[in-house]
Amino acid sequence: MNEIEIPTIATIVTSAFLIIGAALTFIGSLGLLRLKKFYEKVHAPTLGTTLGAGFIATSSMIYFSTLASRPAFHELLIVAFVTITTPITLMVLVRAAVFRDELESNETASSSPESEQLSR
Amino acid sequence: MSAVLPWSILIAQILLGGAMTFAAYRILRGPRAQDRVLGFDTLYVNSMLMLLTFGIKSGSTLYFEVALIIALLGFVSSVALAKFLLRGEVIE
Repeated sequence: MNEIEIPTIATIVTSAFLIIGAALTFIGSLGLLRLKKFYEKVHAPTLGTTLGAGFIATSSMIYFSTLASRPAFHELLIVAFVTITTPITLMVLVRAAVFRDELESNETASSSPESEQLSR
Repeated sequence: MSAVLPWSILIAQILLGGAMTFAAYRILRGPRAQDRVLGFDTLYVNSMLMLLTFGIKSGSTLYFEVALIIALLGFVSSVALAKFLLRGEVIE
């Protein structure tokens, strides 16, 4: 561990933000594990990508600003990038899921075994 | 008072490790392909947050750059996987 002493209030705020962010990420992944349908599962991990990443990056910013005695804001890059890219990924993924579900329902209507093999 | 931060870092690492385990379970046992891609998306975000926690633990800003690279490459690869599920090819 590091030997440099940082003030008590910064330690408490860093620890609290770290645990809150990790707990929110844990709850989001638990939702990914427990929810049944795919369209319900999509909602769960976004708790980790928005609030979890925000809290942990804020904790890291507070810690490094206190450690270096000057403002250190480079974790904002990660927050901005994850906030922009997660909706893009999930939008493309849900569009793919809708496409595959429609393909599957059409094939069960016509019920040909070879095309069912293809859709797997 | 100096023992608060190592213990909270340990708790946060245990919670993030549990979250990564759930995402890995969803990759391995996902009923369909889109569940696996969603599990992969969750796994890279969780590993990025785990690396930020390692950075706080070690006190160096080296882990931040690793986390940024994981965020960039994870986005590109999960969009490529979703695009593959959509059409069967990545670049049309």
